[in-house]
Amino acid sequence: MTGFDWLFFTEVLVGGLLSGVMYSLVAIGFVLIYKTSGVLNFAQGAMLLFAALTFVSLTERGINFPLAFVITFAIMVALGIAIERAVLRPLVNKPPITLFMATLGLSYVLEGAAQLVWGTQVHGLDLGIEDLPFDIGGVFISQFDIFAAAVALGLVVALSLFFRYTRIGLGFRAVADDQFAALAVGLKLNWIWASVWAAAGLVALVAGLLWGARSGVQFSLSLIVLKALPVLVLGGFDSILGAIVGGLLVGATEKLAEVYIGEYFGGGIESWFAYAVALVFLLIRPAGLFGQKLVERV
Amino acid sequence: MSVLLDTPASAPNLSRTPSLKTWVWPLIVLVVAFGLVPAFGTSYLFEGILLPFLALSLAGVGLNLLTGYAGQVSLGSAAFMAVGAFACFNFNLRVDGLPLFGSIILAGLTAAAVGLVFGLPSLRLRGFYLAVSTLAAQFFVQWALTKFSWFSNESASGVIDAPALTLFGFTFEGAVGRYYFALTIVTLLTFLAYRLVVSEVGRNFIAVRDNETAARIIGIPVLRTKLFAFAISSFIIGVAGVLWAFAYLRTVEPAGFNLDRSFQILFLIIIGGLATIRGAFYGAALIVVFPLILSRLGALVFGDLFDSGVLDMAQRIVLGALIILFLILEPDGLAALFARIREKIRGGFLRS
Repeated sequence: MTGFDWLFFTEVLVGGLLSGVMYSLVAIGFVLIYKTSGVLNFAQGAMLLFAALTFVSLTERGINFPLAFVITFAIMVALGIAIERAVLRPLVNKPPITLFMATLGLSYVLEGAAQLVWGTQVHGLDLGIEDLPFDIGGVFISQFDIFAAAVALGLVVALSLFFRYTRIGLGFRAVADDQFAALAVGLKLNWIWASVWAAAGLVALVAGLLWGARSGVQFSLSLIVLKALPVLVLGGFDSILGAIVGGLLVGATEKLAEVYIGEYFGGGIESWFAYAVALVFLLIRPAGLFGQKLVERV
Repeated sequence: MSVLLDTPASAPNLSRTPSLKTWVWPLIVLVVAFGLVPAFGTSYLFEGILLPFLALSLAGVGLNLLTGYAGQVSLGSAAFMAVGAFACFNFNLRVDGLPLFGSIILAGLTAAAVGLVFGLPSLRLRGFYLAVSTLAAQFFVQWALTKFSWFSNESASGVIDAPALTLFGFTFEGAVGRYYFALTIVTLLTFLAYRLVVSEVGRNFIAVRDNETAARIIGIPVLRTKLFAFAISSFIIGVAGVLWAFAYLRTVEPAGFNLDRSFQILFLIIIGGLATIRGAFYGAALIVVFPLILSRLGALVFGDLFDSGVLDMAQRIVLGALIILFLILEPDGLAALFARIREKIRGGFLRS
């Protein structure tokens, strides 16, 4: 057996970690909503598709980048408010799994609506960053991946600051901590929920743009939700840090597995490998890496 | 999260032994289905509506045992359908002299075994985490069936063709024949599911769903009950997969059993009514018929603008909206809605 190629290993690892960042970005959107309203929002992927498709279609109609971003964000805010009104409010106090199924329905509505309005063809999206590899000590890293990682980092920092230092952020944390107590001190739960869905819409927009630039804006964007779920299981549904670490973990193991053990399975294992990792992990630690330990009570 | 799902208001009255009256309506339906429908139905009715309806209903009955009665949410139903279909294909192909009936039972058992394996996480996981882990079944099975061409007897992209449907020396041919074939199997398994639900096992399912800790305290073997729910549900869903592949489509590939199919089955039991046997049939009827109605309606209102692409998207939107509406307005589904209408009519008669 020849010596282990560390350089190649590092390259695969770094590539995996960077694509993991993209998973984290999607997962953060889930965490925001789960933390404050206890809803596992399956429609996050559909929101991502909706946002990216709206943005691309706007730019294709000659609207410049910042304006298109603002308009799309405004639409996502409106969407957040509408979802709170039409779906969440009537289902208040229902079991979490009912709400989950409602978001399944919601994802169908959003996917359908996005494609009905903007069409089903694949749109190219150019963010002006070239996907050129560059060389760090013999390891080739994609420039675009670095950019994506930087954006993700910026987003996480911004979110943390927002949670820590703004009044709305404080409200989010209060609701996440104890809904009834938050209601008792006069927080308007409806507004908090609407704004948290709007925030998740922003995350979806950013993630949608990055993924869209990568693979084209099309229906398959919506399926990223399926990549984010094992990340959430690993990291815990209610931890932003968990979403990041989980994303990195899934990205790295997935790539390494595909390269090093994929051939024994005939390839293509990335469709389920993340789930296998998450499942094995769950059996050891049911609350995920950073999730709150839930004491099940009667 | 002690209560996973709302306890349906229309939960069957379990203490009552089934009286003669309970069987009147199902018998009438059966007489019509076996006797009258084939006499009047067109081949389109069988091929396009009744066969998918029967297969999906059976899958719904299976999933309802697991999700409606035992409270374990599964997003991997299509995977178990695929296991059933491909197992039946292989048993039929590779075991000489095995009658189709034997292949179907073995296929169901294979699906049950696979279901058992993917049900193992339910021993430690609940709610969302379990739902996510059943997705693993969905992806793994689809990958395995596409990847290893042995499962499809080395055919391209995993397509399998159905054999002749012969049960007990009688070959079911043509649309009507396949309808009888599917109807017979669905009737048998639905009867079985009904007997199961009103038995002790069924009551254990409900106890585990409503309150696991309490169930354990009164001496119900919770873990065994959960695993049994996964096994029996997968058995029925597996056989539904056989019907889907052999009676309805006749040629099928693994991609036909994708995540959308899994969602479709989950949706149909939500629409039809969780924890009811008849709900699966109501839900399946709606799921099968509504795209047809929608396409007619759309063509009527919008004319040529309503092409197949638009129809596809409109279907998604309406289906999604239906789910949300049902969850909000009628969480117990069509079964509860019909029951209420019946009560209303009866009440009206009494007053007049």
